[in-house]
Amino acid sequence: MSISLSAGAVPGPRKDPEVAAALGRRRKRVDIIIRSLCVGATLVGLAFLASILITLTYRGFEAMNLRVFTEVTAPPGSEGGLLNAIVGSLIQASLGTLIGTPIGMLVGTYLAEYARGSKFGNLVRFVSDILLSAPSILIGLFVYQILVLPFGGFSGWAGVVALAVIVIPVVVRTTEDMLTLIPNTLREAVIGLGSPKWKMIVFICWKSALSGIITGILLAIARVAGETAPLLFTSLGNNAWSVDLTKPMASLPIAIYSMAGSPFEDWIALAWAGALLITLGVLSLNILARTLLRGRK
Amino acid sequence: MSSTTETGTTETGNQSFGGVQARSEVALNPPRIAIKNLDFFYGDNRALKSIDFNIPERQVTGMIGPSGCGKSTLLRVLNRMYSLYPGQRATGEAMIDGMNIVGHDTDLNALRAKIGMVFQKPTPFPMTIYENIAFGIRLHEKLSRAQMDERIEWALSRAAIWDEVKDRLDASALGLSGGQQQRLCIARTIAVRPEVILFDEPTSALDPISTLKIEELIDELKRDFTIVIVTHNMQQAARCADQVAFFYLGELIEVAPAAQMFTAPKHAKTQEYITGRFG
Repeated sequence: MSISLSAGAVPGPRKDPEVAAALGRRRKRVDIIIRSLCVGATLVGLAFLASILITLTYRGFEAMNLRVFTEVTAPPGSEGGLLNAIVGSLIQASLGTLIGTPIGMLVGTYLAEYARGSKFGNLVRFVSDILLSAPSILIGLFVYQILVLPFGGFSGWAGVVALAVIVIPVVVRTTEDMLTLIPNTLREAVIGLGSPKWKMIVFICWKSALSGIITGILLAIARVAGETAPLLFTSLGNNAWSVDLTKPMASLPIAIYSMAGSPFEDWIALAWAGALLITLGVLSLNILARTLLRGRK
Repeated sequence: MSSTTETGTTETGNQSFGGVQARSEVALNPPRIAIKNLDFFYGDNRALKSIDFNIPERQVTGMIGPSGCGKSTLLRVLNRMYSLYPGQRATGEAMIDGMNIVGHDTDLNALRAKIGMVFQKPTPFPMTIYENIAFGIRLHEKLSRAQMDERIEWALSRAAIWDEVKDRLDASALGLSGGQQQRLCIARTIAVRPEVILFDEPTSALDPISTLKIEELIDELKRDFTIVIVTHNMQQAARCADQVAFFYLGELIEVAPAAQMFTAPKHAKTQEYITGRFG
């Protein structure tokens, strides 16, 4: 390594101030163009979002009243509410999360702690990612084939399973991501004390990744709370009061879907109220998730 | 720590070599770990080549050498940390109490309880200070609450951090400073009552004051524990170690009592390294 470039020996012609200034002006012009494109695109996106939210809030609050929460669906013109849909959504979303979360967490843990770099692990990760982005109507059709047709009809359970299938890949991904973020030195420190691997995973890794994993679960709930397509083929919807999971069950997205498409003014108003409810629910789940994630560190 | 002052560049006394002054000559104790013909492989890459030397009981062995020379690798062989990673394997012998560390039938959890490790970066667990220490103890012993309290106080005192944390044992360990976290990790390691403690560059992420505290601690711990320390800092090796091993490109070039290593190294490579001519 005897090559050294001393200060006086810079190769090439001397710096020309004219050229430098011209290049500077060009840089500024390009900067202005790129910046206006970015700001413009942002404004267009924001405008759409704002118009959706403003319309939703306006129409939703206009239709909101106590009956929405206390009455079940009634024929048009007879002052019904969304109680059956709200309760149906809560039941199906929470059971779906309850079933999907442990499976997703264990798969995510397998990928991060046991199968890192293995061929089978890569395959599982690939399949899970496909599931994550699969159109949810496919999941509805799948559950329709395995649970609705063989058991002779639409049911709340079928809806629960469809939602669980949607929850799984979301939780798999966040669990794996959060566990992968944990530095290996922490794992080595636990193992270095003479700890078996399962204790390392349960007491240290899961604990370190907890807020991240909970965030993932919250986002999964938010996702399934708004799913319509998989429920169309599984729990179908129900205009009567029913908490029997073996029977068709109402849900908010499907209530919105059927009411918004009806020709009746009061049903359309109820659909707006339902849409506002879901949006507020999903919004607060997202805020909660973000707060939790910010709580880390 | 009377013999640990850094010397100025003008001093060229008998005890000093290249500006590094070693502790005065001490006799080495009988071996605690006997390493014979040890090879280590990352896949097909032979990272340690026929290593032979002894680690003396209740003394400090310093391992030095440029990055990638294999010193950290050897440390990770001694508590089988490499077994976490597929494709890494060791052959040969590293005997402790008649058991070959790198053997196939070694009980890894028992081995790691016997040979503890402190890492380069502090690695507090995401729990309270108390639980950080209790976690390791519970892996190997069943203690009553009173016994546990006593053990935890003992460990934290031995690691010279008790006075700083005794009023906040229920606080999260993540709130401690870097130097405190590292001493907590040392406390966590000694709480399990190992016989050997491996230090992997324990002060490279710490400020000079914290470094000094850890070095004093190592000096104090060697009364009860056999200590192996990997360091990039020649002064640190000189200050802490009784025996020094110099590694280069996966080979053990020279191992000698510290005083001899830093005053009269036998190999030209060792001399070049400790005088800072390469590495």
